[in-house]
Amino acid sequence: MAGAEGDDSLYPIAVLIDELRNEDVQLRLNSIKKLSTIALALGVERTRTELLPFLTDTIYDEDEVLLALAEQLGNFTMLVGGPEYVHCLLPPLESLATVEETVVRDKAVESLRKISQEHSPVDLEVHFEPLVKRLASGDWFTSRTSACGLFSVCYPRVSSTVKAEIRQHFRTLCSDDTPMVRRAAASKLGEFAKVLELEYVKSDIISLFTALASDEQDSVRLLAVEAGVSIATLLPQEDLETLVMPTLRQAAEDKSWRVRYMVADKFSELQKAVGPEITKNDLVPAFQNLLKDCEAEVRAAAANKVKEFCENLPEDGRETIIMTHILPCVKELVSDTNQHVKSALASVIMGLSTILGKDNTIEHLLPLFLAQLKDECPEVRLNIISNLDCVNEVIGIRQLSQSLLPAIVELAEDAKWRVRLAIIEYMPLLAGQLGVEFFDEKLNSLCMAWLVDHVYAIREAATCNLMKLVEKFGAEWAQNTIVPKVLGMANDPNYLHRMTTLFCINALSEACGQEITTKHMLPVVLKMSNDQVANVRFNVAKSLQKIGPVLDSNALQTEVKPVLEKLATDQDMDVKYFAQEAISVLALA
Amino acid sequence: METPTKLPPSSPSSPTTGFSVPSAEKVDGFPRRSMRRARQRRSHSSSQFRYQSSQVELTPLPLLKDAPVAELHDLFCRKLQQCCVLFDFLDCVADLKGKEIKRAALNELVESVATSRGVLIEPLYPEAIKMISVNIFRTLPPSENPEFDPEEDEPTLEASWPHLQLVYEFFLRFLESPDFQPSMAKRYVDQKFVLQLLELFDSEDPREREYLKTILHRVYGKLLGLRAYIRKQINNIFLRFIYETEHFNGVAELLEILGSIINGFALPLKSEHKQFLVRVLIPLHTAKSLSIFHAQLAYCVVQFMEKDATVTEYIIRGLLKYWPKTCTQKEVMFLGEIEEILDVIEPSQFIRIQEPLFKQIAACISSPHFQVAERALYFWNNEYILSLIEENCQVILPLVFGTLYRVSKEHWNQTIVSLIYNVLKTFMEMNSKLFDDLTASYKVEKQKELKRERERAELWRGLEEQQERRLQSLGEAIRNQKNLQERENPSPSEPETSAANTT
Repeated sequence: MAGAEGDDSLYPIAVLIDELRNEDVQLRLNSIKKLSTIALALGVERTRTELLPFLTDTIYDEDEVLLALAEQLGNFTMLVGGPEYVHCLLPPLESLATVEETVVRDKAVESLRKISQEHSPVDLEVHFEPLVKRLASGDWFTSRTSACGLFSVCYPRVSSTVKAEIRQHFRTLCSDDTPMVRRAAASKLGEFAKVLELEYVKSDIISLFTALASDEQDSVRLLAVEAGVSIATLLPQEDLETLVMPTLRQAAEDKSWRVRYMVADKFSELQKAVGPEITKNDLVPAFQNLLKDCEAEVRAAAANKVKEFCENLPEDGRETIIMTHILPCVKELVSDTNQHVKSALASVIMGLSTILGKDNTIEHLLPLFLAQLKDECPEVRLNIISNLDCVNEVIGIRQLSQSLLPAIVELAEDAKWRVRLAIIEYMPLLAGQLGVEFFDEKLNSLCMAWLVDHVYAIREAATCNLMKLVEKFGAEWAQNTIVPKVLGMANDPNYLHRMTTLFCINALSEACGQEITTKHMLPVVLKMSNDQVANVRFNVAKSLQKIGPVLDSNALQTEVKPVLEKLATDQDMDVKYFAQEAISVLALA
Repeated sequence: METPTKLPPSSPSSPTTGFSVPSAEKVDGFPRRSMRRARQRRSHSSSQFRYQSSQVELTPLPLLKDAPVAELHDLFCRKLQQCCVLFDFLDCVADLKGKEIKRAALNELVESVATSRGVLIEPLYPEAIKMISVNIFRTLPPSENPEFDPEEDEPTLEASWPHLQLVYEFFLRFLESPDFQPSMAKRYVDQKFVLQLLELFDSEDPREREYLKTILHRVYGKLLGLRAYIRKQINNIFLRFIYETEHFNGVAELLEILGSIINGFALPLKSEHKQFLVRVLIPLHTAKSLSIFHAQLAYCVVQFMEKDATVTEYIIRGLLKYWPKTCTQKEVMFLGEIEEILDVIEPSQFIRIQEPLFKQIAACISSPHFQVAERALYFWNNEYILSLIEENCQVILPLVFGTLYRVSKEHWNQTIVSLIYNVLKTFMEMNSKLFDDLTASYKVEKQKELKRERERAELWRGLEEQQERRLQSLGEAIRNQKNLQERENPSPSEPETSAANTT
């Protein structure tokens, strides 16, 4: 520690503070980000007595600097001397928790929450809780907003008198004059409820929840919905009906679509929280209404939950409920006017087949799948195709293959390359499910066509796709169906297509194994080393480097080495570079 | 931590947090206009009609102008009630007869309230306000266009405008009528009413916002008791816009109203108003969509300065704090606003802010974006600004000289170079002695700067080395301590685990 003393004197605080005060924001930001270095240089005591007061006093800076500071201070406990002294960090963080910029404030609150855990119960009451109170009764909305996030971290560890005060403060903020504060309180209501004793949940939280859920601003009401879900998980079943359900029912029919959207979005959580009885009696009709809502946003959010909702229905009567109540709504959504609704549905609808079983799937769901496969919007079709595995398990994919094929072909030729890219990504999955014969007959030509697509990203994806197919169907299949076509492109007049051959070889050599690579691929690559386009030549060098490990040493020495040596004297510098790289990687020098 | 107070998205594409990102969109972020345009118009009815289950059949009433005086008020009232029936305009062929009857009735009401005296008697106030509320207050639908850009895209127009416009027109005439009695109206046009009115400013339809602007202005003018409340709620809307959603369509309109409100502030300014300037108007400059309302915002800011010159320093320091870092388009706007401010600045105030201000201006001059540099250099064409610079040449020239000198040699754009030469010439004429001194010391200053740079690097290297050493010794100490403990009580956990293994 004596050495440390010596170090301290090397760096007078003034020099360090000058760095923190530099005129250039970027330099200031850099210094703040290395605040821990400065603190370490100063030692714990001087950090407490000199650095922190300086930071507390000079908090007026660019938000970016403040954000960095707020973050740093959350990790400062050891640098001020451990938990015993952690409360020294409170003053600067308190100031940061009152600034205007949300990001800074949130970060300060996050750091405060973090260090609150490092306070002893006594320090919590002596230092931390008074800070929360000061923030909660601040003049400007920013400090009150920040306070909302701090109640729940100190509540569990303070005495019952202080607890009562905290509850009182929270109550006050829930009916704050400023909607910003009410929103903050509403968003923390669930979290706060979780740390309260059950009796206070019933006496305090419920009335706050009810009030916030009928706030004049929809932005407050919708946050109360989320809180409602958390509260419902805390209450015993027999209280739910009287304490929470009336408010939630009202939220599901709120006049603002944003609130209804929120209910739809939280529906699965809600369902789990209230249990099977209320689900059957209340949630099923509510869910039907959301699926039929007049705003597309709400329908889409609800459509997203169809599978989860059905899965979590109580097992007795599940099938009846789905068949009589949910499925009719789902049928309507298949021909919804809004594409977002349809595509949300398409992303989950296949999941119903596992729940309903083979017969129902064939009779009721299959027509819906088929209709969606023919949808005008490519996203809907893609979502169906990407979830084929669920159906495959229940009824096998054959039932669908007749409709599947036109849908795939159409997507494969879509004018938008992003759509083509998406369908390529599903090819290996489809190939696995449809089997090799079907694939060879119907899809192979598509896969080859993508190799000469005019968009590079598609050619690249097509190459990768081939590799996955070979992994699935084996080397022999590759040799018979793919390799000849790929190698044929080596003579294409378009140099981009010739390069595609090389890219394919890079991808396929390992999966195809030594024999095919040496016998069929290597000669083609070597021949291409005489190509007139330099890009092709240096890709030959790269390919040789790539496939080298698959070849035996004889081929490497007698065939690869001479070609690389020749390329290493090429007139093009890139060709030379990659040839030399290959030589050194393959250790042929 | 999430920012929990964000509203859920107001557009159909952003709920993608919920549904999986459409694979076609994952690949890149380019908006696909073609697809967007092709989206179907919503054919579901809007939220407004959720609760109006059975449509009432309207029957035409006698004309107001034919009514005998004794029945006029009663008829007026019945027409108001008739106009409370809402029609679905998204289905353009539904109930054409009813729509026409309502339209005619509204026209008559507008006409009557605008031209004839003595119509507005007390019992009609609640009926009129009820008719207005039923028609205009509604939850605005989600935006049709997921990434609506007010500058580029066509706004979605309100389908029910044929009726809505007449209702707004009626409201306006009602407020402007010479018979209008604020003392009676205030019972019905209350805080709740005003709050709902303000929320409508988020409408995407510019025609609706235009009406709302005039109407709110009249309400503010006539109902004195609501003024403070209106100001407070506008504050809340702005703060939510700045710090929470970044989305609100009516910012420009609200600022326009505020511009005239500020004009009427009494002196000295109340602290509430100063707070509004510093905590709301200035932070509004941070908004991404600044360009849409910048003119109105700058007007408000200048209004404040003209009212009370002592706020100048707050304003300029505020703008400097929020100076755009990467968006050059906004930087040009800021420079424009600074020029507007400097146009009316008092020389005594100028002295207070010249230093930080001209540091920023120097930074703008050295911007590689020529529009930014050009906009800053134009300040020297402004006679009043030039006179301020001249008076304070001793302070300003040293601040900008280095930049001017360097940029005049380095800038890629010839226009900028020649503008800088002009500025340098102006300075030379202003104070040739100072100019020569600065030219002479330029190199020395550069050297000093480099030296400082090196010293800083040195300092940090030292600090980091020291940190390294300390962390190492700390690590060693911990290891030693552990070793020591283990030697004292030879790892009690080990035998236990091996015992557990054998069983």
